[in-house]
Amino acid sequence: MSDAHHHDHDHPAHLAHHFDTSEQQLESHKLGMWVFLATEILMFGGLFCAYSVYRGNHPEIFLFAHQYLDTTWGAINTAVLLASSFTMAWGVRASQLGQTRLLVALLCVTLLGGAGFMVIKSIEYEGKYSHDIWVGGINGFYQTGGELMNPDGAEHALKYLEKKQKKKYGTAGHGDEYGDHEGDHGKEKDGYAKADDHGKDGHVDEAHAKADSHADNAEHHDDGHKEDSYGGDKYAEATAEPLSTPAAPPVIEVSTIVRPAYAQAGLIDSLADGRVDIPTGPQSFATGIGARQIEHHGSHYPEFDELAPLQANATHIFFQIYFMMTGLHGIHVLIGMGLIAWVTYLSGGPIIKALVGPVASVGVAAFLVFVGMLVGFPVWLWVSIGVCIVAALVSGGLNFAGLSGYGGPAFSPEYYTPVDLVGLYWHLVDLIWIFLFPLLYLIH
Amino acid sequence: MSETAHPEHDTHHDDDHHGHSGGDHAHHVVPLGFLFSIFLVLMFLTFITVAVTKLDFGYEMNLVVAMAIALVKAAVVGLYFMHLRWDAPLNGIILVVSLLFVTLFITFSLMDTGQYAGYQEAAALRGSGQ
Repeated sequence: MSDAHHHDHDHPAHLAHHFDTSEQQLESHKLGMWVFLATEILMFGGLFCAYSVYRGNHPEIFLFAHQYLDTTWGAINTAVLLASSFTMAWGVRASQLGQTRLLVALLCVTLLGGAGFMVIKSIEYEGKYSHDIWVGGINGFYQTGGELMNPDGAEHALKYLEKKQKKKYGTAGHGDEYGDHEGDHGKEKDGYAKADDHGKDGHVDEAHAKADSHADNAEHHDDGHKEDSYGGDKYAEATAEPLSTPAAPPVIEVSTIVRPAYAQAGLIDSLADGRVDIPTGPQSFATGIGARQIEHHGSHYPEFDELAPLQANATHIFFQIYFMMTGLHGIHVLIGMGLIAWVTYLSGGPIIKALVGPVASVGVAAFLVFVGMLVGFPVWLWVSIGVCIVAALVSGGLNFAGLSGYGGPAFSPEYYTPVDLVGLYWHLVDLIWIFLFPLLYLIH
Repeated sequence: MSETAHPEHDTHHDDDHHGHSGGDHAHHVVPLGFLFSIFLVLMFLTFITVAVTKLDFGYEMNLVVAMAIALVKAAVVGLYFMHLRWDAPLNGIILVVSLLFVTLFITFSLMDTGQYAGYQEAAALRGSGQ
């Protein structure tokens, strides 16, 4: 068979003999890569499907829980990834033009972008973990049989969110604790929000001054004991009077979502009383309920206590989906970084090739020391660290003795397939993040 | 810039009649300035998609707007960073077909789960003792 390909003209080393031309070879490799990328898209498709199903069924969970994600970090990460995509595309261009030094530099910058992305991701993950937002039962919202698995965690996580909202909106979200007493809120809320604002300056809002109990309550703000004063029955007592005449139907500021018929029919208890007032669809937009929600909650997203039982039950699923999607994406970033490092090695000059062995070994050893500091140093970890150090010494020694050969740069304008394909992979990682970012961080 | 030597149009042609291997980089070399402007466009769209979240178009419209921007960004990355604009059409077709199948998958799943939403609600209420 292979006889057919014994041409007279010289065959470049990079050209497999079942291809006629470099061009044809690159085309075939690219086609193969695209088929692989299609399977990657299908794999992520499963997670996007899980996302869609849960968001479709529980829109309010997503409105509530996405507040735990920090849009700023997400946006920075998007920018970092886009920038690294740009340097990668530039790198492919450099390899097409045979600019080897530029190519190595650009690949290193791309690698740095990937590392930056992972560092920011780690900061985010660490923040979640420290507030009992994690995968599985550790998650503060994880429930089995209607029972919170980690009640302390839930409280912790909710307080964290309250602090975060306060920072963002200037006033803490405080709709939930007296969500039942909404009858008087049309008027009360205004004054209350003001009392909140002025509290630190020692002003007591005039609207409240006439009622002693309210002034009392406002003073609690001065002390900054929000959770305490709200958690108890103080406010309930203070507002007992207007509550006894529930003339006006309560205004339920849950979200601007179109309610399904069964919710309107009163299946969801938290909504049953106020169903008359729930604006739906375009109507909610017209009535500007978003502004009223901010006035009421401090944010225009639902509070945890406002979620219907089913939704409270399933809140943790948002975080499971978040961690699965960003986690799988993060693994792809790490794999992409490994591939870029490999291509950098291939395209690098003798110095890079000499450095890679020792640097990689020392890097792995450092990582293992890090793991050891977290989980303790079992024997296998000591052995692995020893192996890494020996490997670093040996490869450094071989380079020093000039024994590790250097065959010249691997890529040329005729052959740059690995750069191109790794670039495609890296862009796909970017492409997936382009969808993950608005879906997870920018829910409105 | 040096890319004037590689005009946009000599991207893609049959090599059978060339008869030589290598030597010609017939592949499209994207001008650096062009790549950079693509990057700027992507950054701009990222900024827009964050900014537009502050506006209230209603729950569904906000999602639609965010997804439309994401789609434009994805198309730009695919066409220019991933060279689909100058590639063999088959590569682009593979991408589009995979996206179509994902859409199909999600659509049917949503149709299915929509049928059960009421039952789930009722079951949750039973679970919470109502």
